[in-house]
Amino acid sequence: MLGFITRSFACAFASVFALWGLASAQDLPPYNPVTAERLLTPEADNWLMYRGTYDSHGYSPLDQIDSGNVAELELVWSFATGLREGHQAPPVVNDGYMYVTTPQNHVLALNAASGELLWRHARFLPDDLQQMHPTNRGVALYGERVYMATVDAYLVSLDALTGETIWEVPVEDYYNGYYMTLAPLAADGKIMVGVSGGEWGIRGFVAAYDAMTGEEVWKTYTIPAPGEPGAESWPGDSWRTGGVPVWITGSYDPELNLTYWGTGNGGPWTGDTRPGDNLYATSVIALDATTGELRAHHQYHWNDSWDWDEVSAPLLIDFEREGREISGLVHPGRNGYLWFLERGADSIGFVDAGPYVHQDVFTGIDPVTGRPEYDMNRKPGIDFEVDFCPSLWGGKDWPPAAFNPASRLLFIPANENTCSTMAGEETQYSPGRTFIGRGQSDNGGFFLREGAEHLGELQAWNVDTGEEVWTTTFASHNWGPVLATAGNLVFMGGTNDRYFRAFDAGTGEILWRYPTSSGITGVPTAFAVDGRQYIAVQSGWGVDAQRQQNMINMVRGADFHVPQGGSVWVFALPE
Amino acid sequence: MQPVTEKSGKTDGEKLSRRSLLGLVGGMVAAPRLMAQPPERMRPQAGDELVFDEGPLQGEVVRPGLLELNARPISAMARDPASGVVRSGSRLNRVMLARIEAQRLTPRFQPNAADGIVAYSAVCTHTGCDVFNWDGEQLRMACPCHESQFDIYDGGRVVGGPAPRPLAMLPLEIVDGTVRVAGPFRGRVGFQQAF
Repeated sequence: MLGFITRSFACAFASVFALWGLASAQDLPPYNPVTAERLLTPEADNWLMYRGTYDSHGYSPLDQIDSGNVAELELVWSFATGLREGHQAPPVVNDGYMYVTTPQNHVLALNAASGELLWRHARFLPDDLQQMHPTNRGVALYGERVYMATVDAYLVSLDALTGETIWEVPVEDYYNGYYMTLAPLAADGKIMVGVSGGEWGIRGFVAAYDAMTGEEVWKTYTIPAPGEPGAESWPGDSWRTGGVPVWITGSYDPELNLTYWGTGNGGPWTGDTRPGDNLYATSVIALDATTGELRAHHQYHWNDSWDWDEVSAPLLIDFEREGREISGLVHPGRNGYLWFLERGADSIGFVDAGPYVHQDVFTGIDPVTGRPEYDMNRKPGIDFEVDFCPSLWGGKDWPPAAFNPASRLLFIPANENTCSTMAGEETQYSPGRTFIGRGQSDNGGFFLREGAEHLGELQAWNVDTGEEVWTTTFASHNWGPVLATAGNLVFMGGTNDRYFRAFDAGTGEILWRYPTSSGITGVPTAFAVDGRQYIAVQSGWGVDAQRQQNMINMVRGADFHVPQGGSVWVFALPE
Repeated sequence: MQPVTEKSGKTDGEKLSRRSLLGLVGGMVAAPRLMAQPPERMRPQAGDELVFDEGPLQGEVVRPGLLELNARPISAMARDPASGVVRSGSRLNRVMLARIEAQRLTPRFQPNAADGIVAYSAVCTHTGCDVFNWDGEQLRMACPCHESQFDIYDGGRVVGGPAPRPLAMLPLEIVDGTVRVAGPFRGRVGFQQAF
């Protein structure tokens, strides 16, 4: 108990660095509260949530910057965050107020047009915290508040104008391996979060909190308890420590009142430690926004043994198949397959799926259910070492894909030619310790396919034909979240050369690029202030992009490192 | 509220008293009652025994003969021999114990070893994960979170990955056939909040 008190004591601290008397604050209009209605149909000038809109398209209808003039794009301002590691959060913008988060749970409020700092909220994290993924993926806005999920597993509500803490609630105990890195989802008057910890023996869940009071409204586990549907897919007590985290913001269909969340790996990593399908690991789950009830699910692959978290939320896209209009869910999987599903009030149906990168594990897909069959010689187990492609980081890890509804193209940030070697080893659960059970393999268990001429890709797929339209390749691996705009453009960083790039959305041609101070794994956004369109992104290399670079160095005998240090970058056309 | 201008880089739980912590965020929270640190949370103290913290010998007092040469390091906690209190109240107290070839240890670290036995903080200096992995071929300690690697023969020097500093070393001695703590950690335990 004493330990808990002390930890809570440490958690209670946060500093607010407020700047007074700056002209920038006076330049801004009164804060425009973010209502439920505005979240349903955000103004084109604003970027109010992680992917811009509830359908997770990552698409801006702004078209002042287009494929004809993007070559003139120039830097308007940049801002050093003062922090290292992976800066993955989108600059979220509400009528000229910008909010970004950083590793170590800082929130910066900036004048979106000028870059001047309004306030900084700096969380004081406990000394005994373990951070496997030192990052944060952004804020949620609701009312006149800003919400952040923290790496010590708190949900924090801040005053949008001053940065002062209104309340904070513990979501779980970080000491037992729970942590949070995702941007919360504000919907139906609630703030929803999921927990990380798939490498620490957690039992994953999504929880919703009253946006005003912080009281927990519902909590739905991603692993059923004995007696619940799906419990038979976990042997013994494995459900207690089976992982299945949720660490990317869900999508939301307001008509069905369903939120769609991607779920992560089972634990330990090799599935022979927990024989069974392991519902609802590596799945999409549909949760009722009001009650949290699990209404439907689709498991992309059963008994995950490759650390292929399928945490990216599916994009809500209505697409055509053989003359039929389908209310769909589209998901470029970490398992290297592009999944097309059909969403209903109480169902998720399988439409079709196929590989978008080289994948040597699946030998077939059931045409009705979508259940894959495996080459069992590519499924690692205890003391059973195998090779498989794509690597454990998958064809696409967490960086989100984007969709242009006008051109019908889906843009996937992919990694090709990367593979893993993996074996399981016996491991015992102990609270607060890693629960991975991966044995040691040569070269860190990573290798490149023979003859690999490139690693990173940006792919464009037509969602109605299900065909790849173009692919642009990079020598570097790619950890770049994607932004699509109505200006026939796609924006993405992600490579180890530090460039932020604009692509012609129709051809994939690189039309513009800018070398930032670090590598970009941040989610880009578009917004406008006083009629001028801006493109914003954070630069700040770290976490798994850096980890994969270490592996590439190892297999190539190289010693290449991307400089670290976070910063916000905002671009526009010349005035 | 006054703007805070003090640089908030002092996050070392060992050195930062609660009073100075409060100074850092002056005026933001009510001061809780100050209390003595309970013995289970105190860092290892000179004279403490060590007990195994994992494996088949969990809970047993560490004796030199129980450690195999160049084997995977094993985690241990300090115990006050007088009261029997195990200092398990903070994971920052955990050490990784190993028996190595004494003469191969870099000379300036040899005073910290006892009969070839060395103890390093188990907490990675990068982001605070437990350094539980072991590369038995290169004799390196490794972190499962970001693959930082540390040279067990060179004072925990960083030889791979993103860790910025060596692992802190805990000086040891042999007393009455048991491995004892000879003094406080040499170096800073844990990771440093960067801002």
